[in-house]
Parts: sequence; structure tokens; C-alpha cells
Amino acid sequence: MAGRLPAPGAARGRWVLERAVARPSLPALVALGLVLVLFALQAHELLSARGLAGVLDVAATLGIGGVAVALLLIAGQFDLSVGVLAISSAAGTALLVEHAGWGIWPALLASLAGALLVGVVNGVLVVNTGLPSFLVTLATFLVLQGTTLAGVRAIAGSGRIAGLSDAPGWSSAEALFGATAQLGDGRFRVSLLWWLGVTAVATWVLWRTKFGNAVFASGGARTAARELGVPVRRTTVALFCLSATAGWLIGTLGLVRFGSVQVGTAGLGSSIDFIVVAVLGGCLLAGGYGSALGASIGALLYAVTRQGITLAGWDPPWFQALLGVLLVVALVANAVVGHRLKGVPRS
Amino acid sequence: MTEELPADDGARGLALRRVTVRHGAVPALSRVSTTFPAGQISCVLGENGSGKSTLVALLSGLCRHDEGELLVDGTAVRFRSPRAARGAGIATVWEDLAVAPLLSVWRNFFLGAEPTRGVWPLRRLDLDAARETTVRAMARVGIADLDPDQPASRLQAGERQSLAVARAVHFGARALVIDEPTTPVTVARQTLFGQTILDARSQGLAVVVITNNPRYAHLLGDRFLLLAGGQVAGELTREDVDADGLTALMAGGDQLAVLTAALTELHPELGER
Repeated sequence: MAGRLPAPGAARGRWVLERAVARPSLPALVALGLVLVLFALQAHELLSARGLAGVLDVAATLGIGGVAVALLLIAGQFDLSVGVLAISSAAGTALLVEHAGWGIWPALLASLAGALLVGVVNGVLVVNTGLPSFLVTLATFLVLQGTTLAGVRAIAGSGRIAGLSDAPGWSSAEALFGATAQLGDGRFRVSLLWWLGVTAVATWVLWRTKFGNAVFASGGARTAARELGVPVRRTTVALFCLSATAGWLIGTLGLVRFGSVQVGTAGLGSSIDFIVVAVLGGCLLAGGYGSALGASIGALLYAVTRQGITLAGWDPPWFQALLGVLLVVALVANAVVGHRLKGVPRS
Repeated sequence: MTEELPADDGARGLALRRVTVRHGAVPALSRVSTTFPAGQISCVLGENGSGKSTLVALLSGLCRHDEGELLVDGTAVRFRSPRAARGAGIATVWEDLAVAPLLSVWRNFFLGAEPTRGVWPLRRLDLDAARETTVRAMARVGIADLDPDQPASRLQAGERQSLAVARAVHFGARALVIDEPTTPVTVARQTLFGQTILDARSQGLAVVVITNNPRYAHLLGDRFLLLAGGQVAGELTREDVDADGLTALMAGGDQLAVLTAALTELHPELGER
């Protein structure tokens, strides 16, 4: 016990290497490099300012949702309602502006409150019933989707609400959520800054705060967390509120960008995308492992693949096929890493 | 409330007064009165389902009593969570060790009670203090040269146990509750563990050891609480009983006594043995 290992230096070196390999974001980073090289050869426009702006535009929205979902996955929970919440909160804001005559800011605050309420309901249901969050948020998804579609059609007469840009306070909202910057021939959107901000804050919170510790422990070792008095229930509810807020932010970014909202049967697609992004970024579905940075790299990987296929002139369905392959590779890599990390050495 | 109560109410340590804990309608502990005095090692013995786990959960704040009183140094308390119990200086070594395999050693050490600095929006973990304290506390239980940043899954089973013990010793200012871990460990490690328990006693902590092993209990313990069916089946001190007696009590309790009486009646020569 007291004796040191025979070759502490070598052991230390191996451990550093292992730690690098065990970084949740590493497989995504490698895949991102491969995909970048592949499409840079196939479609040169991808690396132009214009192509990059397109990639980052796709990645920003995905990344914001992906980071929020990654935090939930780390805590051992699941959220299918983020995507539809984006549409619902945007529709709510638009209805308040167009049909109740509110200013954009009060309407945004009201829809944020609504989104938080959905988050609290999700969280409290999961925490108090012990039902799998997959099913609870699936139910939320259905309720939100149906209510939004029927509500918007009943009030606005069609699935589209437009002409929001005359609302009081629109210019300040546009500066915050819809600003763009022209660099070369690429038009970069402010959503990029939101994405970077969300990733940075989430990373700091995960690794440097008590809350982050509680998130990891809630997912990786729930019994231990309970025994040590980690507020697992409060953490879970807070995370559902966080993912609801991310949904609201995504909806608001889209709403302000177009000055209108189109409510359609979006399906589960967008919510699944966020989970795909988080898993590509190295989150274990079992919880306890993952990173916000990984989810953001996953979002980049997703965006590069999608834009690359479009720009290379491939038939778009190839995107789904390639994404599926990437997802399987990510799942297998995660499973291997998770197995090795959780493996209990015998004494 | 009645004269059955232990006399040393104001004494330091933990005490239960007619405590009942129900899981649903079934009482897991039923009107249990006992004391775990400071500076003594109290061993709790009993079969599975005798209420040992519930007692641990009660003392460490994981569950709450429905009736009666839990006294800490003579003051009635009702812990809202394990954090409250730890705040009151009662730390627990859990049977499953309560170690999160994917978290680093120092994060495990401080899980649920992390040292922080700064004010709220920027309140963050005090990493240096946490790492340093972890290394020092682990050295105290015999694990030197530890990298506090490695995940707990890289520790050997015995080292994990030491982590759980070091954590409990660090946070347990008043009392140490040890639900004897079932992980197999080396004799050397077990010795260190026993040493830690004895150290805690000499520092004046109330030590509660929950165990299945009467010989080990007799080796360490000053007092023995026998539980059966959620009730106190016996309270003994070291003077009352030897290791064999404890083993017999543990193995059969009153069934053994009934059996002995019945056999002695049929075969009087047995009583002379």
C-alpha cells in the first residue's frame, strides 16, 4: 500500500494518455476533422466565408439545444420536448404581439415564463412519479404540438403569423437576437454568439460549480448522490427548466430572424437532432458522463456533414445515411469508453 | 416520556427515544430506545430485515422518524436530508460506499458539501483547497501518493473503501455511522479501518458500527445493540457478554433459547454440559 508503483513516470504518462482518450469530446473532434477533410475535397465552397457562415448558422441552433440536452443526458434524463417548445414559445410570442397587441419584450418574457412552466412540469413529473423522462417528455411533446397547432389555427386562422416587425421594441430585440455581421461574402448571425456563450457557461457550470457536481452525480451514481445529500430532485427540475429555456431561445432566435413563425407538424425530428448531437459529442445515454463542449463539437459535425452534402451536390438523403453511420460509431465509442471507465477493478 | 427512557439524556452522543419509522404501513423500527454515547463504539447487530438499514438511514438523515425523538447531544433533531445530518457532524460510511465511479477522487470526497469561493453568480468550487484536503485526508487513512484528479473507478476496491472512510472521518465531527461495507478487502486494509474507528473513539466521537460479524463486533465494540424485527432484542456491554455469547445471540436469539430449553427438558443431561 505504501510502496509506489515500479515506474511511476510511465504509469503517469499512460494515465495522461488515457485521460486524453477518455475526453468525451475526442471522438467527435476526430470525426469532425475527417468530415472536414472529406468535404473540403468534395466541395471547396464549404471552407469559404459563405460556406462557413452556413455551417455555423446550422450549428448554432443545434448547439444551443444540444448543450442543454447534453446536461440532461449527463444527469441521466432525456428531453424530447425541446424542439417543439421552440415552435410553441415562438408561436406564443407571435400571438401575443399580433393578436393581443403586446410589445415584443413583454411577449418574450411571457413566453419564457410559459416555457419555464413546461420545464417545471416536466421536471416535477419525472422526479415525483419516477417515470422515465423519455415518456414524460414524449407526452409533453404531443400536448405542446397539438395545442400549438390547434391554438394558432383557431386564433390566427392559418398556421402562419407574420408581420411582427412593427411591434414596439422590435429594434432592440432584433439587435439582441437577429443581428448579423458581414465578413467577406459570408453573413454571420448573432445566434453564433449565443451558442458560444451557452457552451462556455455550461462548461464552466459543469466543471466548476456545485451544481455541475450534482449534475454528474445525479446521472452517474444516483444512490450515492442521495446518500450524500446531493439535491438530486432539485437539480433535475432545474435542468428541465434549463432545456426549456434553451427551447425558448431557439424559438426566439428564429422568430426574430424571420419576423414571422410558421407552425407545422414538425414531428420529433428537431428534438431527436439535439439528442443525436449530444450523443455524437460523447454523452453516455446512461448518464454521468459527457461534456457541453462535446455537444457543441457534435453540432459542428452535424452541420458540416449536412452543408457539405448539399454543397457537394450529393442527393440530400445521403445526409441521413451518413448521420446514422456517425451515430452508430459514436454510440459504440461511448459504450467502450463508458465500460472502461465504469469497470470496477478487483482488489 | 416514561420511566423506560435512558437516564443519560443530556449526555453527549446520539440517542433514540421510542422511535418508530414506518415504510408505508409496516414499521421498520418500532419504539426503539437506545443511546450511542460519545467516546464509545456501539455495534448494532441483527439479521437482514431487522431494521439495521433503517437505523442507518435515520441517523444519517436519509429517512425521518414518524414517532419518538432523535437526540443529538441531548437536543431533539429531525434531519431534512443527509446534508443536514452531515452539517450536524454525523457522517456515514455507507454499505455501498456511496462513491460515484465516473467522478474524480476529490469530487467524490466533497460530493454534496463542496468548498466554494466567490459570491453567487460566480460562486465556484475551491479546487485547490478541495484537492489538498482530499490528499491529506486520504494520507491519514493510509493512502499516500494519490492523484486526486483520477476517476474513482481507477481506485481498487480497498482504496474506494478508504475514500469513503476518509470522507466520513473528515465530515464526522460528532458521530461516525459505519454500515460495514460488504466489499472484500485485505486484512491490512481491515486493520487500518479498525484503527480509524478506534481513533475516532479516542477523539470522543460517538461511533455506531452496523455489522453482521459478531466476532469483529466484540473485538471493537464497547456496547452491543441487538435488533430483531425492528425492535431492540437486547442491549449489552462488553462486560455482559463474550464473543461466543454474542455469536450465539446473533445466530439464534430467542429461538436458540427456546430450543435449548426444550432439549434440556427432554434430555436433562444436556443441561449439565
